[in-house]
Amino acid sequence: MKNVLTVATNTFREAVRDRVLYNLVFFALLMMGAAILVGQISIGIEASVIVSLGLTAISVVGLFIAIFIGVGLVSKEMDKRTLYALLAKPVKRWEFLLGKFVGLVMTLTVNTAAMAAGLYLALWTVKHSFEKSDVYILAAVYLILLKLALIVGLALLFSCFTTPFLAILFSAGIYVAGVFAQNLRTMSVVDLNASTMKMLRGISYLLPNFENFNVMGTVAHGGVVPGALILNATLYTLVYCAIVLTGAAAIFSRRNLK
Amino acid sequence: MGMSTPAIEIDGLSKEYPFGFLNLQKKRSLENLTMQVETGEVFGFLGPNGAGKSTTIKLLMRLIFPTSGTARILSKSINDVRMHERIGYLPEQPYFYDYLTATEVLEYFARFHQMTAADRHERVAKILKKVGLETAKKIQLRKYSKGMLQRVGLAQAILHDPEVVVLDEPMSGLDPLGRREVRDIILELKRAGKTVLFSTHILTDAEMLCDRVGVIVGGKLRGVGTPGEMVGIQTQGMEILFELHGETKNMPLFSRAMKTGERYRVQVSESELYSALDELKAAGARILSVAQIKPTLEEFFMNLVEADRAQANAIDVSGK
Repeated sequence: MKNVLTVATNTFREAVRDRVLYNLVFFALLMMGAAILVGQISIGIEASVIVSLGLTAISVVGLFIAIFIGVGLVSKEMDKRTLYALLAKPVKRWEFLLGKFVGLVMTLTVNTAAMAAGLYLALWTVKHSFEKSDVYILAAVYLILLKLALIVGLALLFSCFTTPFLAILFSAGIYVAGVFAQNLRTMSVVDLNASTMKMLRGISYLLPNFENFNVMGTVAHGGVVPGALILNATLYTLVYCAIVLTGAAAIFSRRNLK
Repeated sequence: MGMSTPAIEIDGLSKEYPFGFLNLQKKRSLENLTMQVETGEVFGFLGPNGAGKSTTIKLLMRLIFPTSGTARILSKSINDVRMHERIGYLPEQPYFYDYLTATEVLEYFARFHQMTAADRHERVAKILKKVGLETAKKIQLRKYSKGMLQRVGLAQAILHDPEVVVLDEPMSGLDPLGRREVRDIILELKRAGKTVLFSTHILTDAEMLCDRVGVIVGGKLRGVGTPGEMVGIQTQGMEILFELHGETKNMPLFSRAMKTGERYRVQVSESELYSALDELKAAGARILSVAQIKPTLEEFFMNLVEADRAQANAIDVSGK
């Protein structure tokens, strides 16, 4: 576990020293500023517009970081051969992989927290007060973070057996499919025969169901996020990540470096 | 030496790489390698580029996995992660996280070994001094030259005081001074009783440092023996460099001499050497240097390749 933490800390340090990350945060803050502006022209619903836009910004920026840095976590180390000296140390390959994952999730946590703080600041600027329901924005942010962790796991898995470019495509593709996984499960199309429907439904259960993580609408309108939903989403993420990372470790442990 | 278990035992190691359409074809980069490195010896792994030196070393470090065969280091399977606590490795053309300083990267690597924080700081400071990076230790590695990165690589390989050190082309990218420093470090490791396996394509490095060398060409081990047995016997004669002023140009040796600038050089066989020196002395020449003429590496390896055509199997000069 110590090895995992060492790799994680270094991954976090790399992200902190990487200017790309600051640019993304800057972009997010810009979005916040825009939210305030838009809020001002939407009389009566400023707060909900700001929350919607803010959460979207957090989600989109996080998604970019999760996919692009997530795919690079291992492939960059293989390309630049920074991995060679490390893997000759008393380190297991899965420890390295898990460390990379934890490091990026740590980075995303800090980023997301910073952006959430920005969102609250924007809200305060408009309302000059907080309501009790505003606490659920944090729940929404937490759920976004869970979603991002899932994406990082998938990006890592793909980067273990394919080129970075394809890994990015796959990760983005799975994300989009995951957003619509719920629809895939519930839809009934007249034209499709029963077996095709079954197959589609089967696939939809393999995909991460990102609808589980989406409480943006509820939160933006001052609704309540039930504790059970948060708990379920947490467990779902833990199990899903465990499976995906086990797969990634199994592939990576057999992989020949160049 | 020889009595104890070898530090490194390689047994029938082969590596094939798939390539071409659908990876249907196979390229053999290492063929049935069997050899031992004894405890406490400096072993040179000699061969031209692409001979299979790096492949062997990467297999030992489990960066790649063999198609067949096994290897043991310190009597433990190379897959034993804890054994890696006791070995050090310098990759070929090493590259490290360029957003870290030399101190940071070594601290990072040290964390994977069993060391207390105080131990770690002390070791890192000591090693940085040893590899000559003390003044540059706070600079990010992105600003390092190739030679400096090589020193960082060497530092991380010996950081934890390993019993077996494997160095892939440790002299590459270094200037003459750097090369000498690396040679000194290897000799120091030997004095401390460590086992060193290093690969090189430079004959003189091997001759100066190694107890034994293994020569590998085309993925096959061509021979193992002392540097003298393997390389020295190939001496092609002696070259004398001298200065000569005055008009005594009627000596027989002079007709064979080549003039470059103010100096002359002449090639003689080893048996002629002393008579030639006497002749030059009598003529009033000033001897600048006498050096053995060695075949170039290419010639040396070409000879091996040719010998190989006649004799398919690996020879073992040391008679093991």
